[in-house]
Amino acid sequence: MSAKGSDGIFSNWDAERQPKAYSQDYKSSILRSPKQPPISFPTTLAEVTGPVFGHDIIGELDHDLIHNFAASGESAIGPRIIVHGRVSDENGNPVPNALLEIWQANAGGRYRHVKEGYIAALDPNFGGCGRVITKADGSYEFWTVQPGPYPWPNGPNDWRPAHIHFSVFGPSFAQRLITQMYFEGDPHIRLCPIVGTITSPEAVQSLIGRLDMERTVPMDARAYHFDIVLRGREQTFFENQMDGL
Amino acid sequence: MSVSSKRLLQTPSQTAGPYVHIGCTPKFAGLNTGKADLGSSLIKDGVKGEGIQISGSVYDGKGAPVTDAMVEIWQADYSGLFRSPLETRGEADPLFDGWGRAACDAQTGGFCFETVKPGAVIDNMGVRHAPHITFWIVARGINRGLHTRLYFPDEVEANANDSVLALITDQNSIATLIAAKVADASYRFDIHLQGENETVFFDA
Ligand SMILES: [Fe+3]
Repeated sequence: MSAKGSDGIFSNWDAERQPKAYSQDYKSSILRSPKQPPISFPTTLAEVTGPVFGHDIIGELDHDLIHNFAASGESAIGPRIIVHGRVSDENGNPVPNALLEIWQANAGGRYRHVKEGYIAALDPNFGGCGRVITKADGSYEFWTVQPGPYPWPNGPNDWRPAHIHFSVFGPSFAQRLITQMYFEGDPHIRLCPIVGTITSPEAVQSLIGRLDMERTVPMDARAYHFDIVLRGREQTFFENQMDGL
Repeated sequence: MSVSSKRLLQTPSQTAGPYVHIGCTPKFAGLNTGKADLGSSLIKDGVKGEGIQISGSVYDGKGAPVTDAMVEIWQADYSGLFRSPLETRGEADPLFDGWGRAACDAQTGGFCFETVKPGAVIDNMGVRHAPHITFWIVARGINRGLHTRLYFPDEVEANANDSVLALITDQNSIATLIAAKVADASYRFDIHLQGENETVFFDA
């Protein structure tokens, strides 16, 4: 195939683990899912390269959603939690300097957004967004309040499980990912049509943040552990040619 | 660099949802961050190359504008080099970022980027790729970000020899990837998620 350039080195998207584009149960996908299957080609330089963000874009409180939009001396209402984990690729290599942008509803399940219509109260001290960059070992951590589940117009009575949205940049644009972290033990996970776009139960499990008592700060905040795995380079190519990248 | 023998499993994607703006373009969403949104500008004064404007809208299968979408672009600079640590062929123009992000207009679903026309990309194997801009689209109802490419109408020969375009046999489908020139240095690139003029998307 002539599309085989020098850089056809990323593994494919994992069709078993990635969500289907179309789902009858997730109404918004019905008119927004392409009918034609996407065309595959080995990654070229446009996908191998990608934007990188410096630590200078991160503000002092960007990792602290409890305080980053709160009035001085105040804090957001809700259960205080730490969310932490590691970003790596499929080969198990940590991904340092990955930008994570996070957004979520407040503890009552309400977003701060003009199109949000849920009657739950806004929290004047909660904005609902933050960002962090992974360290050399791929690890990240941020502080927030546990978001509440919320109702949404889909079926007659659909509620999203509590979740935090994550946008992730690896070093390659081929790795670009937006996903959601759910919370261990939430009964809404198995009922959610958005979660249900993923057919593999194992893959769904990988989106559930686990209560991590080791990282919990006593009398302060509970911790949830959530690891993220981005696409990796094909092993054969990786071993032979990509050393040092 | 060590290569671990343990293969980890990809994290599944989930929709960005209707409130992606809170996290990715907080200023657009009305949150006072005191900073410009990331990706709101690709070029700095003195950038090399031909300044161009690319505008368009995202449409659903019924032709309705997707007013909650977010669009990102990633492209080479005027000389075909990417502003990335993984670029090994040379150093890209430091006044050009190559990456842009736009929240679609809440009424029209429109987006607009001020950028420079990318040069052809000649890869490490000497393969020449026609000038192109990668687009990545997320929104409520899109379960995994959609990846497509813009090509230029004034690059007929380069397009005819492009190895990615060569994978598409149907001429009408190729046409969905070629921007329309609407004025000097101004192009229009509409994205149809579904329907008669469905844009070609890539699993790249
Ligand atoms: Fe949400």
